[in-house]
Amino acid sequence: MLDRKNNRLLLILTAITLLIGGFYILYQLNFNILYYQLPSRLNRVATMLIVGTAIAVSTVIFQTITKNRILTPSIMGLDSVYLFIQTLIVFIVGTQSSLLTNGFINYVISMLALVAFTVLVFRYLFKLTGSHVFLLLLIGIILGTFFSSLSSFMQMLINPDDFLILQSSMFASFNAINESLIWITGTIVLLLLIIVLRDFHSLDVIALGRDHAINLGINYDRKVSQLLLIIAVLVSVSTALVGPIMFLGLLVVNLAHQIFKTFKHRYLLIGSTLISMITLLIGQMLTQYVFKQAIEISVIINLVGGVYFIILMLKESRR
Amino acid sequence: MIDLKSISKIYGQKKVVNDVSVSIAKGKVTSFIGPNGAGKSTLLSMVTRLLDQDSGDVLLEGENILQAPSDKLAKKIAILKQSNNLDLKITVRELISFGRFPYSRGRLTQKDHEIIDEAISYMELEQFEERYIDELSGGQRQRVYIAMTIAQDTEYIFLDEPLNNLDMKHSVQIMQILRRLVRERNKTIIIVIHDINFASCYSDNIVAMKDGEVVISGSKDDVIRKEILEDIYEMDINIECIYGQQICVYFDEHQDASVDDFIEDQAQVQIRA
Repeated sequence: MLDRKNNRLLLILTAITLLIGGFYILYQLNFNILYYQLPSRLNRVATMLIVGTAIAVSTVIFQTITKNRILTPSIMGLDSVYLFIQTLIVFIVGTQSSLLTNGFINYVISMLALVAFTVLVFRYLFKLTGSHVFLLLLIGIILGTFFSSLSSFMQMLINPDDFLILQSSMFASFNAINESLIWITGTIVLLLLIIVLRDFHSLDVIALGRDHAINLGINYDRKVSQLLLIIAVLVSVSTALVGPIMFLGLLVVNLAHQIFKTFKHRYLLIGSTLISMITLLIGQMLTQYVFKQAIEISVIINLVGGVYFIILMLKESRR
Repeated sequence: MIDLKSISKIYGQKKVVNDVSVSIAKGKVTSFIGPNGAGKSTLLSMVTRLLDQDSGDVLLEGENILQAPSDKLAKKIAILKQSNNLDLKITVRELISFGRFPYSRGRLTQKDHEIIDEAISYMELEQFEERYIDELSGGQRQRVYIAMTIAQDTEYIFLDEPLNNLDMKHSVQIMQILRRLVRERNKTIIIVIHDINFASCYSDNIVAMKDGEVVISGSKDDVIRKEILEDIYEMDINIECIYGQQICVYFDEHQDASVDDFIEDQAQVQIRA
């Protein structure tokens, strides 16, 4: 009964996504510059699809593991590490270096550093902390603060012109993304998505908590450390591709919870992915057509997400 | 049969469970009793692989449970811990359906649905089936969790204080259902329980623990004895036989004078009336 309603909602969301996506691709299409305009728009939509999926899926899983609806994977400190890497590049080799200007090289460096950080910190510490997820997150917060302090220290020292260039990487942007990077990221995200979806039933069980999950035959500690790694890679690749945009996850996953009113990950995963696509498309259209590229999309998303976050907290505290 | 071989758990300096060796007989209700902090729940968690022991082995029919694959074990033993608060939008039926996860990995078959229906009627939950669990009272929720454990259909069922949050009527109901499971389906039931009279009336065997060690383990008649219980709980306990059941009457004989006066007054009032 409830499932049928949720299936219908999924169909409606899919339809809306396709409609808005189609509208974005076709709106004011100029046939004289079709060969330029169309690929560029398709690239953006593909990027949004990849990033939207990565963020939504990683946030859903993260909230399931932590049993907390106001956390996002950004608490693991990955955003700060990303900014630290960008700042370090500018600080050491300057803004003219190909490490910063060449999108491909920058992507590879950022991604490798983020994945290395994650594997090192989370794989190793997960064992060290005796599989206590919250202790792990606490260390994540501390490391995140550490790296962002280091970044702001270096940002004080570089000259203001360099800082302006650096600033552009502090906000996510879907403009001018290298096509080969879209393919690489897309493949990684797709592979991880298959791994997650092949076993999405066990996510439902993990949501019941550690004791119940073990009772029902889940190898909890191994499964959770595997999922944390998947989350970290998803966040890493999407951050390396467009920049930090984690607030999106908080927004879309909570909207998905409100729309679907279920614990089933089939609906939560697909639903929040669709919602994040819709949010990104609308955000992108606003930046492109309403604000004429004066602000970045992540500013809009952070604004909407922030307001939603406050509403959410007020509502939770009233319960 | 489950054999515990010198199990220990140490937190810092404190030995919460100290070198415990006990056998749990098949097809019986075995109760673990003892004061708070005796290590009963910790022991139960270790026997059911929720917690790693620092030393010792748990043998399930001769096989070490830590070496058995977790998904196979989930078809043999079920454990229900005492605190169960879920912040999920999940209906009673959906939660009970999780009991079938070890068998169907989330894809329920016709047979699974039949077993779920059966568990629901066993716990008399038909009227709540489609309700969300956060709309239920503590006692109703407890029954839902027990139904989930029944749906799991394991030979061994471990319950950590299953009577928590339950009133007398539902406590009796649960204990009768546990006896029924033993009688009709030859289940082995292991519970941690605080009310010694429930333990006395409904168990076959009792394991009494104190300060992380087993004081005595044996049949109900071996354990429900004045000297033994007084030693464990460090208070005066009298045992009366009422309707063929041993009932423990516990009150401290060295009481506050003012309380004694109060009791006397009450008795006077009753006599006059």
